[in-house]
Amino acid sequence: MIKHEKPKSFYDTFERKGAGQQVSHYCPGCGHGTVHKLIAEALVDFDVADRTVFMSPVGCSVFAYYYFDVGNFQCAHGRAPAVATGVRRTLKDALVISYQGDGDLAGIGTAEIIHAANRGENMTVFFINNAIYGMTGGQMAPTTLVGQKTTTTPTGRSEQNDGGPLGMAEVMQAIKAPVYIERVSLGTPQGVLKTRRAVRKGLQYQIEKRGFSFIEILSPCPINWKMDPQTSRKWLTDKLEPVFPVQSFRDEGTGEAPPAFREKRMLKGKDLLKLLQGDTAITEVTESTLEETQYVKIAGFGGQGILSAGMFLAKGGIAEGLHATWLPSYGPEMRGGKAYASVILSKQLIGSPVVDLPNVLIAMNLPSLIAFEDDVQEGGIILVNSSIIDRKVSRSDLRAVHIPASDIAKEGGLIAASNMVMITAYLAVTGTLKVDTIKKLLPQSVRRKEHVDKNLKIVDASIAYLKQQGVI
Amino acid sequence: MGKRLMKGNEAVVHGALMGGATHFFGYPITPASEIAHGAAQYFPVSGRCFLQAESEVAAVNMLYGAAGSGARVMTASSGPGFALMSEGLSYLAGARLPSVLVDVQRAGPGLGNIWPEQSDYNMVVKGGGHGNYKNIVLAPYSAQEMCDFTRRAFSLADTYRMTVCILSDAYIGQMMEPVELSGDMAEGKRKDWAVYGDVKSRSNLITSIYMDPQLLEKHNHQLQSLYAQVEEECVAYEPYQLDDADVVFAAYGITARICMSAVDKLRNQGVRAGLLRPQTLFPFPKEPIARAADRGAVIIAVELSNGMMADDVELAAKGQSRVLRYGWLGGVIPTVDEIVERTVRDLERGGVQ
Repeated sequence: MIKHEKPKSFYDTFERKGAGQQVSHYCPGCGHGTVHKLIAEALVDFDVADRTVFMSPVGCSVFAYYYFDVGNFQCAHGRAPAVATGVRRTLKDALVISYQGDGDLAGIGTAEIIHAANRGENMTVFFINNAIYGMTGGQMAPTTLVGQKTTTTPTGRSEQNDGGPLGMAEVMQAIKAPVYIERVSLGTPQGVLKTRRAVRKGLQYQIEKRGFSFIEILSPCPINWKMDPQTSRKWLTDKLEPVFPVQSFRDEGTGEAPPAFREKRMLKGKDLLKLLQGDTAITEVTESTLEETQYVKIAGFGGQGILSAGMFLAKGGIAEGLHATWLPSYGPEMRGGKAYASVILSKQLIGSPVVDLPNVLIAMNLPSLIAFEDDVQEGGIILVNSSIIDRKVSRSDLRAVHIPASDIAKEGGLIAASNMVMITAYLAVTGTLKVDTIKKLLPQSVRRKEHVDKNLKIVDASIAYLKQQGVI
Repeated sequence: MGKRLMKGNEAVVHGALMGGATHFFGYPITPASEIAHGAAQYFPVSGRCFLQAESEVAAVNMLYGAAGSGARVMTASSGPGFALMSEGLSYLAGARLPSVLVDVQRAGPGLGNIWPEQSDYNMVVKGGGHGNYKNIVLAPYSAQEMCDFTRRAFSLADTYRMTVCILSDAYIGQMMEPVELSGDMAEGKRKDWAVYGDVKSRSNLITSIYMDPQLLEKHNHQLQSLYAQVEEECVAYEPYQLDDADVVFAAYGITARICMSAVDKLRNQGVRAGLLRPQTLFPFPKEPIARAADRGAVIIAVELSNGMMADDVELAAKGQSRVLRYGWLGGVIPTVDEIVERTVRDLERGGVQ
């Protein structure tokens, strides 16, 4: 049945358009009007106009929102599939249409279209391929034919200089996720009818939540091709179609629709806060007796638990009501060899979190002792892991404690806990925090339960060693 | 409630969820990646959307789509990625879509390195993309403020229909501090201008295009009035030992932390120093700077850039007093002593007016 009325999903008058509110802005013989009408009819027939959200691109169809009486977005050049993704991930029941030209989709927007397709976003993409930039003034498009004259290929497109025409349906075919890929042509009335079927199929599959559909439509541009409308339809059939084969590339629209991505129930208010709070809250165990602000540098190599030792110390400080900061070495440096953490514990608000001149250095390996020994403030303390550092602290204007941390940890059955030996020694010698405080923190800070017990034993063994040596 | 030890970057994610964020679109980059990690951990499990985009260009356009659909949306990046988002920022501003973007600054130009700089100031505070637009810019200086400012950013974004940027830096993002999760849990409300894919919103259009110059001029003027209103209503700063200060540091983020310590040291040496810490960079706290300048205090703009914020400080001081510029570049940050010594030297050289 042939309908001669304007589909109801078009506005009655195009009020967003300036002058001429009864006619479109498209040129005589342009294919956009045809495709617009096929889409608009389908939206009415499927009764989905109320929930349709339409992406207008940059190009001649930049003003598609003049015409479609649906929810409308105007998008940046090439970005319509990304905008459509944002819409798709927000409006679960919307019918999302991305409508793009060849400069927009096949040129500046290749990344966005490929990844929206690859995610299998449940949306329908209409790609109007007329082998030229229209709105911008007849420049070469990625789909321009070799030899075709445009304002930027005045002597014809050169394959050597400009590459050849890019087949986007073929590109889509290389991606696993799309459920429907077809190229159609407006070259003949039969072609228009096939286009009508493709438009409907692409929308139907989205309504059935099947996934991503891509319909490439070869379309005439008489003005920029510098032809009359009839000649341009013939040129479309004779010249474009051989380069861009008109065919169905994929149609997986039969059978059960794939199961939808199941989202969790949205947590709000108290439930959400509970999730955020988790079980990591630090309960204050005791009032701190700290007098002097502690500028602690813990240094060693990756794998010695440098960063976690620092965190543990900071948590201990918080548990005793102190201000605390922890600053890591990070990035490639962290993944290479040396690692260090800066921790400040103070009764006062902490200004700079950077520790340039520590009053506490915990050196877990020789390079760290060499690097930082001279920076330590006079009267400060250096703790040395004597299991692997075979020299003593050379300065005499500060306190030096040597403890075989790796050996004590190894004897306790957990070599990785050498950092805990060092922290224990630091706290036991200086009284910065109570050793009891860190014992109380261990169960919530160490993931594996058997490690908690080993750590606790290693803390005790460290204390015993220091007593035996007469250090405390 | 209890305190938690967390990185500034993790605190952003907590603040975002408390502020009612439902969508995170992002692309990983050091030193901002923990924000994406945290969002990936918390958003899906609480029924929200986390999507790793193919690029920052795509991410900011996903924001555009989701914000236009009425959601509370966010992304996070660092300089090189934020630059890629400039295109989208301009469109967000043109279409007046509320959105929250976090920039954890690293050092540039180009790939630079991953250590802190504050050299994205002009890009973020002055706009970055094309057109006469501005973003509200919040400048946290602690993990707690990373949480609180992000939470607040979502309500500001909705109130003014603007992009709100959190301008942070590698140290504030990477540093761990105690954070208390306090305040109400906020939620976005239905917006009469957004597209919801339903009958009620069917006639709505999200766009930044105005073909008629007169209409675009009007739109631009409306934006400027909006920004003037924001300047009236949203300025925030924190004074530290400011009242009697003869020398006033102006600094934000990590630099403000260092200056706080410098103020204490200078006071111990008998120099009456103070700190004016902008918590909003747009709108910029011009008023307190003008007041300090009027009473003849020497003002020292301290930042990890070649004087980007100092330009705003000088404009605010209106030539009423000496303005000095201290800048560190390339990921190098000053020690407290460096600032103290340089200040003492400069004061001896020029004296206090």
